[in-house]
Amino acid sequence: MAHSSFWGYRRENNRVGVRNHVIILPLDDLSNAACEAVANNIQGCMALPHHYGRLQFGEDLELHFRTLIGTGSNPNVAAVVVIGIEPVWTKRIVDGIAATGKPVEGFAIEQNGDINTIAAASRKAKEFVQWASEKTREECGLGELWVSTKCGESDTTSGLASNPTVGNFIDKVDVQGATTCFGETSELTGAELECAKRGVTPEIGKKFLATWQAYMDDVIEPHKTSDLSDSQPTKGNIEGGLTTIEEKAFGNFEKIGKKTNFVDVLQPAEQPSSGPGLYFMDTSSAAAECVTLQAAAGFVVHLFPTGQGNIIGNPIEPVIKLTANPRTVRTMGEHVDVDVSGILRREMNLDEAGDALLDMTIRTCNGRLTAAEALGHREFVMTKLYRSA
Amino acid sequence: MAAPDFLVHETKDTVGVIVVEGIEAGQELTGWLMETDETLSIKALDPIPLGHKVALGDIANGDTIIKYSHDIGKAVADIGKGHHVHVHNVKTKRW
Repeated sequence: MAHSSFWGYRRENNRVGVRNHVIILPLDDLSNAACEAVANNIQGCMALPHHYGRLQFGEDLELHFRTLIGTGSNPNVAAVVVIGIEPVWTKRIVDGIAATGKPVEGFAIEQNGDINTIAAASRKAKEFVQWASEKTREECGLGELWVSTKCGESDTTSGLASNPTVGNFIDKVDVQGATTCFGETSELTGAELECAKRGVTPEIGKKFLATWQAYMDDVIEPHKTSDLSDSQPTKGNIEGGLTTIEEKAFGNFEKIGKKTNFVDVLQPAEQPSSGPGLYFMDTSSAAAECVTLQAAAGFVVHLFPTGQGNIIGNPIEPVIKLTANPRTVRTMGEHVDVDVSGILRREMNLDEAGDALLDMTIRTCNGRLTAAEALGHREFVMTKLYRSA
Repeated sequence: MAAPDFLVHETKDTVGVIVVEGIEAGQELTGWLMETDETLSIKALDPIPLGHKVALGDIANGDTIIKYSHDIGKAVADIGKGHHVHVHNVKTKRW
């Protein structure tokens, strides 16, 4: 069968990545400057600055650690330098990543200052980059590929064509044993009962509904003003012709295909542990937050259908853009990896579109840079559950 | 056949989606019902942008709007066949 293998990097824990990044990972906001200095000193590594990590507590703190440890553990990452303001939490991140067997080392700034920390961390980063540069790709089956999806700046063309194209892809790779993931808890509102029916058992369907209901009770009800109408659908969605959250939800839901049922429901950034298959993850519907959580759960390539033209990328997980909107192709084509607007002209059917997406996914896995990678999009956005102490 | 002007997901749907730019009031449109691969036709009575919806029949104030065979909200004004269907005449029932 065509499209049944790709060339990836097999890591120490036997997971397969499609990129070979060395990352400089800050524990907290204070350590961004040192991380960026190291990435400036040493070619071939990348800092992942973010805004949080101080005075968080409870479930929010656990999510912070899970996201950072998961990001470092992702098989697209060859090796990691962690820098934090103090050694205890820095070590927690290092130990979490070290469980994968990959090279990782931590540096703390207190008692050292930025300059000494940057010098020591730069020496380690240089060692890691040279080590990683000798890693080679090997042929891997699609059953070893972990693929996530999320749509953004959706419009009616998303529901007509680009989301069902992803659905066709999911149906095709699911039978080959791939591990796949969709999220966007809020944007399934209106289609939540239909979505629950796609759980592989009634219990998994109920688990999804409980997750969705908790989001409504804990997030929407206490914080909403009159309704969500100022943000769901978004201004871009409305410009694109989407009228209600239900219309958006049924379009969104097209992404999981016609045949594939989800095998489990994941917490944000939780790594799948029920074997191959489709997973639902409880995520925000904000693009960068969602993709950051999916990358932290170990997904190595992302499919992002857009209508009006969302331009998001991720530092470690390549994001493939597809659109069916001919105006978006014309006005912002540099962001588009796969053009499926032919479906709207009746020139291409969903099966052909799904094959085109599969072809581009394999080329991306083999090393082709996505539009978002070439354009330098590295949105790394931590999900924060509530205010810090 | 020629490229369609609008697409309809399923037979039960009461709205279709314009898939070309520059539709003007009075224009005769060709549609594609994807579920059954049928060809439809309707006359647009408003200018309707790419991606926006057209009413496939007369819709009364309070009627449920059906797309993907599902309830996507309710009409908050009478909407005649061929008119533009969007946030000015349809709202969610949820909030």
